[in-house]
Amino acid sequence: MDNKKWYLKGIKDGMPIALGYFAVAFTLGIAAKNSGVTAAQAFLATILTNASAGGYAGFNIIAENSGYLAMAVTQLVINVRYLLMSCALSQKLSSKTSILHRTIVAFDVTDEIFALSVSVKGNLNPFYNYGAMTPSIPCWAFGTYLGVVMGNILPFTVANALSVGLYGMFLATIVPAAKKDKIILRIVIISMLLSLIFAKLPLLMQIPSGFRIIILTVAVSLAAALLFPLKEEELANE
Amino acid sequence: MSNNIYIYIFIMFAVTFLIRVIPLTLIRKKITNRTLRSFLYYVPYVTLSVMIFPAIIEATDSVVSGVAALAAGVILAYFGVGLLGVSVCSCVTVFAIEMLIKYL
Repeated sequence: MDNKKWYLKGIKDGMPIALGYFAVAFTLGIAAKNSGVTAAQAFLATILTNASAGGYAGFNIIAENSGYLAMAVTQLVINVRYLLMSCALSQKLSSKTSILHRTIVAFDVTDEIFALSVSVKGNLNPFYNYGAMTPSIPCWAFGTYLGVVMGNILPFTVANALSVGLYGMFLATIVPAAKKDKIILRIVIISMLLSLIFAKLPLLMQIPSGFRIIILTVAVSLAAALLFPLKEEELANE
Repeated sequence: MSNNIYIYIFIMFAVTFLIRVIPLTLIRKKITNRTLRSFLYYVPYVTLSVMIFPAIIEATDSVVSGVAALAAGVILAYFGVGLLGVSVCSCVTVFAIEMLIKYL
């Protein structure tokens, strides 16, 4: 497929993400408003960061006026999972992909666009990401803007329902792989169980969710890599 | 005295962007170490699993609709329905069940 086809496919696959973002961003906008951030400032923050949990945390820091260092540390902790995602994506791109393309792809490494990128067979064409970014980034930023301006106009049930859409997308990414590969199936089940334990057990549940994601990702992926290293032929056609 | 909000926003941007751009631009070659490659191969599945569960059942008003959305998503994805289809059906499932709970 050429760049144009990848770009168009990216737009198509990015549409559900954009719609989900719009709903999530709307609630983020309400949080921004409660933090005393104007619509324009919220727009600027979201179009530059493209991060939901990071956005929430950032607006909280602004509201509490906790200082620049607190802001930097919080953003690092909450968003550090993107570091792992970017490491994984660095292997998904052809080694010939230029620094410029890599930088633009990096700008919008989000949970959802990462899910799309890894679902591509073989090497990732950066234009696929650009396609997905085209509806996603504006929906994300304008959703936040409208959230600040208009407050809570989405009926609660609708906002609730839309918030599940992003998880549905994640499922569509991992279930087919788990169906084909029993090792991945086991890893998925174990990851979910551990995630539940971390979310519910006393003490463990105090770990912020951004940290929980990174701890479990490193621990489970490392265990899997040691127990089930990829075979040579899998390495070759991955 | 209040800190400058634009400096706050710039820090949000700088930290988040650096986290994303450093690995993507610095790791340009294919990693040859087998364990490291296997690790990075498994990362997406673990990350996505951890993000889905238990968050999906906590995102909605009632646990029932969240569990139903999870079940619907798994079944549809298992039978090869694409991203958009699974996503929309999960939303519709939650909406329908929450309506039932509300009005029955």
